[in-house]
Amino acid sequence: MISDKTLPASTLPSASANLARPASRPLALAKALVFIACLLPLARTAWIVVDGQAVNPIEFITRSTGTWTLVWLLATLAVTPLRRLTGWNVLQRFRRLLGLFAFCYAALHFTTYLWLDQFFDWHAIVKDIAKRPFITVGFAALLLMTPLAVTSTDGWLRRLKRNWGRLHRLVYAVAILGVTHYWWLVKKDIRQPLIYAAVLALLLGLRLYWRARPARHAAQGRPTT
Amino acid sequence: MLIQKPSDIPPSEITPEAVYLNRRSFMLGAAGLLLSAETLAALAAKKSPLSTGEPPNSLKDITGYNNYYEFGTDKADPAANAGRLKTRPWNVVVDGDVMKPRSFGIEELLKFPQEERIYRLRCVEGWSMVIPWIGFPLASLLKQVQPTGQAKYVAFETLQRPAEMPGQQRRVLDWPYREGLRLDEALHPLTLLAVGLYGNPLPNQNGAPIRLVVPWKYGFKSIKSIVRIRLTDKQPPTSWNLAAPDEYGFYSNVNPAVDHPRWSQASERRIGEFFKRKTLPFNGYADQVAGLYRGMDLRRDF
Repeated sequence: MISDKTLPASTLPSASANLARPASRPLALAKALVFIACLLPLARTAWIVVDGQAVNPIEFITRSTGTWTLVWLLATLAVTPLRRLTGWNVLQRFRRLLGLFAFCYAALHFTTYLWLDQFFDWHAIVKDIAKRPFITVGFAALLLMTPLAVTSTDGWLRRLKRNWGRLHRLVYAVAILGVTHYWWLVKKDIRQPLIYAAVLALLLGLRLYWRARPARHAAQGRPTT
Repeated sequence: MLIQKPSDIPPSEITPEAVYLNRRSFMLGAAGLLLSAETLAALAAKKSPLSTGEPPNSLKDITGYNNYYEFGTDKADPAANAGRLKTRPWNVVVDGDVMKPRSFGIEELLKFPQEERIYRLRCVEGWSMVIPWIGFPLASLLKQVQPTGQAKYVAFETLQRPAEMPGQQRRVLDWPYREGLRLDEALHPLTLLAVGLYGNPLPNQNGAPIRLVVPWKYGFKSIKSIVRIRLTDKQPPTSWNLAAPDEYGFYSNVNPAVDHPRWSQASERRIGEFFKRKTLPFNGYADQVAGLYRGMDLRRDF
């Protein structure tokens, strides 16, 4: 590949790239725009419910917040591959924002379930989480996301040093659990979850490919005579 | 807007307040009334003591939130896609273990004495509605073909016409959709062949021109747009049971004690209500139908 030399060798979340630097004006503006864009699905959901367009509003809110959690999760995971493919390192500056929105939508999704759907019926909720595999994996994904959201600040990034990157590799598990959660919930028509699974497979596959390639090159290295 | 209404309209046909207040839906409903007044006469139906006294859901809810996979798997798909379905001419073949097998044209079926039956409908997904159907007992139809002593089950089949039913262009289910009842279930007075809703002919997305309604079973048993009814001596294969036998049984009676493998059936959300309500055995029709299953293990025969 032509651009090989310009790319970093590691595909792991790189801590230093994520450290806040004084944002230039265009970057600050772009970040603000992305921030607003991330809020739009929520605004749309709220409007549809308030306007009375949803026949089953609680189901609609649950579905919508769940869907957008997956979208922001996949967008977060797309940052590194896109950066490598395009060479636009600035993309890295949006990753934390996207990741935090994924967590925010996931928290809303869970709150909807807890409050609007089950109305704090703890007995039913505990039973659901323990007995229903799709809820178990969804809940596990939310639990694993929580430390990532908490340690997303610059302070934690510095404090954890190398371990920050290790910890944040949990996002791969979160995404797999999240897509599984959707897949197992669907009654019969798996087209939608299949799309999310395909995108996730592509994003994770690229990482595996980039990781495996140097190793394979080494293994195939010609004997030095 | 002035709409002339005949004096014998049942109260449930009058647009409910919730819809009335929602101007857009009201206009749609009004358009529907005008259309049906021009093309199809409103259905005359007498009230039935088998109706529930619970307030029915709005026409908007009943016609905008449907599971009818022939038109797509999203709840809004049937309302969006069912317009292409041609429901005339329409025949229902009734054959199998009967003395007088024959085909019934829809015009003839509409001449059966019609009743308004306000029934609860409980979907296997955990939501429910109250729906003012117009129809007649399946038993009245079966009486005309005279089931033989061989007949133990009744098998039903939905129309298969992918050009008009876009959902059938993909094999989400093994088309055509099939359902079945035991003969005694089919002959039960609650078991209805519905041809209308809120005083008017069935909208396409609700199973026009004729559908089954079995109010003590999960909604998917109530097969839509029926073209064939066959009496058999063996339990017929049914679509959801074929698709996922561990999740959907042949009987599929509403039962809060038997959970779906992936979700609880203990409670349900009545569309339009905030709090969930407890699901009742046989969807609240236990007094009338529990006797059909005496001695059966309903955990095994779910």
